Amino acid sequence: MTQLLNVKDLRAYYGQVQALHGLSFSLNEGSLTTLLGANGAGKTTTLRAICNMVRSTGGIEFDGKPLNNRSTESIVRFGIAHVPQGRGTFTTMTVEENLQLGAITRKDSAGIVSDIERMYAHFPVLKQRHTQQAGTLSGGEQQMLAVARALMLRPRLMLLDEPSFGLAPLVVRDLFGILGKINREDKVSILVVEQNAQLALELADQAYVIETGRIVMSGNAKDIANNEEIRKSYLGY
Amino acid sequence: MELFTNQVLAGIATGAIYACMALAVVMIYQAIDHLNFAQGEMAMFSTFISWQLMQWGLSYWTAFVVTLAFSFVAGIAIERILFKPLAKAPVLTNVAGFIALFAIINSSAGLIWDFTIKQYPTPFGSAPFLGSQLISTHQAGMIGVTVLLLLGLYFFFQYTRIGLAMRAAASVPESARLVGINTSWMIALGWGMATAIGSIAGMLIAPVVFLEPNMMGGVLIYGFAAAVLGGLSSPFGAVVGGFLVGVFENLAGTYIPGVGNELKLPIALALIISVLVVKPAGLFGRQIVKRV
Repeated sequence: MTQLLNVKDLRAYYGQVQALHGLSFSLNEGSLTTLLGANGAGKTTTLRAICNMVRSTGGIEFDGKPLNNRSTESIVRFGIAHVPQGRGTFTTMTVEENLQLGAITRKDSAGIVSDIERMYAHFPVLKQRHTQQAGTLSGGEQQMLAVARALMLRPRLMLLDEPSFGLAPLVVRDLFGILGKINREDKVSILVVEQNAQLALELADQAYVIETGRIVMSGNAKDIANNEEIRKSYLGY
Repeated sequence: MELFTNQVLAGIATGAIYACMALAVVMIYQAIDHLNFAQGEMAMFSTFISWQLMQWGLSYWTAFVVTLAFSFVAGIAIERILFKPLAKAPVLTNVAGFIALFAIINSSAGLIWDFTIKQYPTPFGSAPFLGSQLISTHQAGMIGVTVLLLLGLYFFFQYTRIGLAMRAAASVPESARLVGINTSWMIALGWGMATAIGSIAGMLIAPVVFLEPNMMGGVLIYGFAAAVLGGLSSPFGAVVGGFLVGVFENLAGTYIPGVGNELKLPIALALIISVLVVKPAGLFGRQIVKRV
């Protein structure tokens, strides 16, 4: 399997405070990889560093090309879609406009129209509400919209930051089912950051565990899920 | 009754200008969260450019179009040179920037064209409109041009991809960058468009207030009043606010004893303060419906 994303010795800073202390990991093409860890471990910072939304040093390579020192908006053009924490919904715009914005860097208008229909097939609730102001959707619906908006890019890699946050357990199941389907059927590689380790490990094939800005554990998701010691000491279940 | 109709129509005509100024102010406010105090001076300078072009023999409409293009580019240049570096600076630094811009433009215009009052032509003439004494052809032209401009802007923002991208960049900048929108250039584009809109206001009002470096002072205050009344977060509100302020100003000047022409401006300021006290978000200010 080829490596799609390769992160080496990543250090990130918020002002004077260092949040990541030399973090290295990689993600294979077609994989669904999860980054686990407690609050404040540096999961979100890692995703933000990949998209150059926080000051960082170290090597980030996507498909063999370095991403360092590129602007956030140009990194999107490599085919990296980032669903930020809190979903980043354009709340004052309609659901359909949100989807169109996901495809704003694409030029193929026919493809965009058919992709919007595809998203409505994935997420029927969005079709029902396509003229509605996106801010009026429920949390779960907004998360669906955020995933759909990211997919409108036709990304090669999707970065998801805590997709389960604030959602009812049933909605989370639903959402994770769809993510698995997108990963298998649309061949989108996914890097998902989660606090809900149990669920993320069921879904993922690879997993990394972060603690205070360092990778402390990595491996096959099943192995990690089955290792009681890791579960107890790092994942808390 | 005729006096009333006459005053309302005249109010709508000057209100069109206030609407343009308010819209320009709101566009920049949406993009960078600051009030552009120099909006009026920028419009005045553009108007002088168009006047100069006509002095050099260009026809009115050629000068009009060239001035629009000049203003658009100048707006972008001002943003790139002066306000992009200030993007992360504190509010007061930006305010100082705007005041500096105000002073620089005002003095340069005085230096180049001096402070004497100049006649400015109108392409619409000043005969009674359609034989009616109620409104002149120039006033009708002011309303007509503004309505066309507003329709054009509506279609631009509602139905073009770049319009959509500009709205996205103004509403949630971080998400806009994450879908690949170059928000920095969207802000510059907003400056260019706002400056061009302001220049239209300047060229339309110049035949009424005459051309001189301080011509836009009062107009901008009315524009601010309109923007505050309509709601600084709402371009639609700014436009409605502009027409309301124009009509209100005229009716107050006509019917409230002792107001006359002299006290019209304080009325605009009183309006700003009352709106800020009673309804800070303005008539159409954004009330985001949000569920968490």
